[in-house]
Amino acid sequence: MKRVRGSLIAVAIAGAFAAGAAQAQISDNVVKIGVLSDMSSLYTDLAGAGSVAAARMAVEDSGIEKRGYKVEIVSADHQNKPDVGSAIARQWYDTDKVDVIVDVPNSGVALAVNQITRDKGKAFLVSGAASSDLTGKACSPNTIHWTYDTWMLANGTGGAIVKTGGDTWFFLTADYAFGHALERDTEAVVLKSGGKVLGKVRHPLNTQDFSSFLLQAQASKAKIIGLANAGGDTTNSIKQAAEFGIVKGGQNLAGLLVFLTDVHALGLPTAQGLILTNTFYWDQNDQSRAFAKRFAERDKGIHPTMLHAGVYSAVTHYLKAVEALKSDDGTKVIAKMKETPTDDPLFGKGTIRADGRKIHPAYLVEVKKPAESKGPWDYYKVRATIPADQAFRPLKDGECPLVK
Amino acid sequence: MQALFGQLLVGLINGAFYAMLSLGLAVIFGLLNIINFTHGAQYMMGAFCAWFLLNKAGVGYWWSLLIAPVVVGAFGMLIERTMLARLYKLDHLYGLLLTFGLALIIQGLFRNEFGSSGMPYQIPTELAGGLNLGFMFLPKYRAWVIIASLAVCFSTWYVIERTKLGSYLRAATENPALVQAFGINVPRMITLTFGFGVGLAALAGVMAAPIYQVNPLMGADMIIVVFAVVVIGGMGSIMGAILTGFGLGVVEGLTKYFYAEASNTVIFVIMVIVLLIKPAGLFGRER
Amino acid sequence: MAISDTAAIATRASNTARAGIVLMLAALAIAPFVGLYPVFLMKALCFALFACAFNLLLGFGGLLSFGHAMFLGTAGYVSAHAAKVWGLPFELAVLSGTAAAAALGTLVGALAIRRQGIYFAMITLAIAQMMFFFYLQTPFTHGEDGIQSVPRGRLFGVFDLSSTLTMYYVVLIIFALAFLLIYRVIHSPFGQVLKAIRENEPRAISLGYDADRYKLLAFILSATLAGLAGATKSIVFQLASLTDVHWTMSGEVVLMTLLGGMGTIFGPVVGAFIIIGIESYLSDFGEWVTVITGVIFVVCVLAFRRGIVGELSAWWSKHAG
Repeated sequence: MKRVRGSLIAVAIAGAFAAGAAQAQISDNVVKIGVLSDMSSLYTDLAGAGSVAAARMAVEDSGIEKRGYKVEIVSADHQNKPDVGSAIARQWYDTDKVDVIVDVPNSGVALAVNQITRDKGKAFLVSGAASSDLTGKACSPNTIHWTYDTWMLANGTGGAIVKTGGDTWFFLTADYAFGHALERDTEAVVLKSGGKVLGKVRHPLNTQDFSSFLLQAQASKAKIIGLANAGGDTTNSIKQAAEFGIVKGGQNLAGLLVFLTDVHALGLPTAQGLILTNTFYWDQNDQSRAFAKRFAERDKGIHPTMLHAGVYSAVTHYLKAVEALKSDDGTKVIAKMKETPTDDPLFGKGTIRADGRKIHPAYLVEVKKPAESKGPWDYYKVRATIPADQAFRPLKDGECPLVK
Repeated sequence: MQALFGQLLVGLINGAFYAMLSLGLAVIFGLLNIINFTHGAQYMMGAFCAWFLLNKAGVGYWWSLLIAPVVVGAFGMLIERTMLARLYKLDHLYGLLLTFGLALIIQGLFRNEFGSSGMPYQIPTELAGGLNLGFMFLPKYRAWVIIASLAVCFSTWYVIERTKLGSYLRAATENPALVQAFGINVPRMITLTFGFGVGLAALAGVMAAPIYQVNPLMGADMIIVVFAVVVIGGMGSIMGAILTGFGLGVVEGLTKYFYAEASNTVIFVIMVIVLLIKPAGLFGRER
Repeated sequence: MAISDTAAIATRASNTARAGIVLMLAALAIAPFVGLYPVFLMKALCFALFACAFNLLLGFGGLLSFGHAMFLGTAGYVSAHAAKVWGLPFELAVLSGTAAAAALGTLVGALAIRRQGIYFAMITLAIAQMMFFFYLQTPFTHGEDGIQSVPRGRLFGVFDLSSTLTMYYVVLIIFALAFLLIYRVIHSPFGQVLKAIRENEPRAISLGYDADRYKLLAFILSATLAGLAGATKSIVFQLASLTDVHWTMSGEVVLMTLLGGMGTIFGPVVGAFIIIGIESYLSDFGEWVTVITGVIFVVCVLAFRRGIVGELSAWWSKHAG
């Protein structure tokens, strides 16, 4: 079992002074964080082991262990299967005394864990999952949705592109609930901003060859081809679009969900010019660069994606709330987290709304040309910043039952 | 109408991959009676081999076409000698299960080492760019894929069905004892054949590398489709696998145009229909 | 060997088996009190039932279905939908899911049993892929999110199933009944004819048995029980998802059966507990689970093809016999 041992001796010594009072409310005297992520397929690189590393760094940086608290981190692979994920979550809560689950890329698994967490009165910090339902119909007093969601992606990328003249769209959508949601939200934004949708095609998940779909997109003569898919599907469609001369022919690609690791996998010669929305980029300021350097040393040289940053930021804020309350009771901690403004080196200052939505700015970025890049992982230039109050879905539109 | 031409051509190109992959599978099944579920993993290994050669040794695409199949083929022969050779007398099922397990191991190891998002591999400069056919823009590389695949498929068919070497091979599968009695080293021939089939998968992998991401999981779902191609064509029929590969590429291409959501499923619909009407497949004979 | 000897061995074997069944069920009944986590046990029991149903077809009928996930998944979806949307109580929800699997089993069986060996496996695989597509497209399944937050409800309107222990004993009873049914079927004249067909189909036909009818019945029974497993699982975990209809699930049940020992009574149960145990307790190994699973496959095929229970009983009869 993977655990953070910290410096046990230091803890023991410091603990001798501080522990007695501090741990009165901490269940079994340990704050236990469970990182539930995809360790074996699609999302391994952009979350996976990196999320565990990020959580560990947050614990170390918080210095909470020096003040007499014991913190443990466990991790598991949900294999992108809702039933596997929910079984692990139950077991963690019931027998392993886990207090909070973090990350969970994959909306299906996240929705299941969301419900279980609520039933058990624990805490759930979502970084990896995209579904905006988590702060909408399925919102819960025990869940905070940290990093991004489908609404924000659609709004950021879709809105910005229409404003700069990309007003006719063709969607290439993964034929899955997630792809449909992304497509639906983006289409709404495009139409609202005065654009038009000329066509769409829905491809099965994990398609290898996109040439047929790309030809259809080409024939539509849309200015923008919106990629409402993820992971390997996105990288393959971008790669083959370059091959079929689609970008050279004057059409542009809009990646609705592209991560730093995807760009790394594609390489700049193929990915250059791609426009996408992120809430975190490692090369923003000194603090984020310092974080990226330390992170890369721990995760096979991978630089942090926004999901990794989200895990770090969420765990940091969680530990602050635990310390303030001197309790790790899930419902109370989440309530405390919501009422305290957030402040961390990666996302800066922010807030958490009543529906569980963490609010921070989003960045519209463009992938650099090979000549502009100084080396591996130097990939983005920021084109626009979407202010925090406009980046996410307005509270009233979410249909969250907690907000009345 | 123009759009349809484009779709047909693109389908044919995909068919070229199916043909090459199912050819290897059909050779191994037809001659060795093994259902090689590691085929997808070996296809992936071919692509990785090309990536390694380029990035670690500076060896380009053209040499990879030769080296990768040899390397991966040798790996296949090792598996055949150490593991599969013990299963020849048993039911097909065991070979299938063993290779299924091996595929999980290989893909798991590669994924743990290289992550899941894959690596880029550029199209060789000689084949960059494309031709404007009027009804579509055809990347030169895709044209090369079709030509190379046709050449490989038909020479394989010719060797197995029309040469003396091929006739030994076929005889060895019918009656190994007799062929052995003629002084031919049957086990070695079988090992080489297996290596050849695996090499074909690796070759397809190298050819796929510039189009698809070089990704540890690239063959994981492919294997089911390719296997279906072999079954539809008739298990063990070389020509069946080739023709069905191309044919299904076209059918799939048309499905992508008219009902894209079903493009992964259409092949299974065809398989059920074919198996119910012609149990041994389109070009197979019942054994 | 004289006939009386064979009969004596057979009697002894079936006595051992009966004692084994009693022991197994007793052990399962006290398991939650000796530190085993009931939710894990329930999951393992559902899969054990699934594997037993599969084993009925493969181990005793000699038919390798590579699409059994479709029955597990269909029943799961139907009962989850019945419980959540139609508001049916637990017993009716499970029953409707099982009935759906039985109906599907009848249809698929009628098509598939016309072919043998690898062709049979391919037809079942292909139909399962079509079912997967169907469930992906139909709105009521909610795509990859699945049907979530399915209420467990009350059994017969009395027992509150949201209590984990109550739920566990209900699952155990379902498992025990199904297991005994399978045991009974295997040892009935029907089971004997099925084995005869597996060993030598032409001879069984020449003896006047309608082989296809027997195979179809075995297929339907297997599909129904797989459905029962799926229906129970979806209510227990309050979730029905695409995982259960995916082809890898069909592969997993083959693995469980093979690992435990196909054609043995206890094999699938042992196999299911081991695989689910690996999944639950080794989940900390994360990325290594796939590799470990692969190694198990390879070792099984190379070193002990009869599976754990098969090898044990072979060893037992060699040393004790």
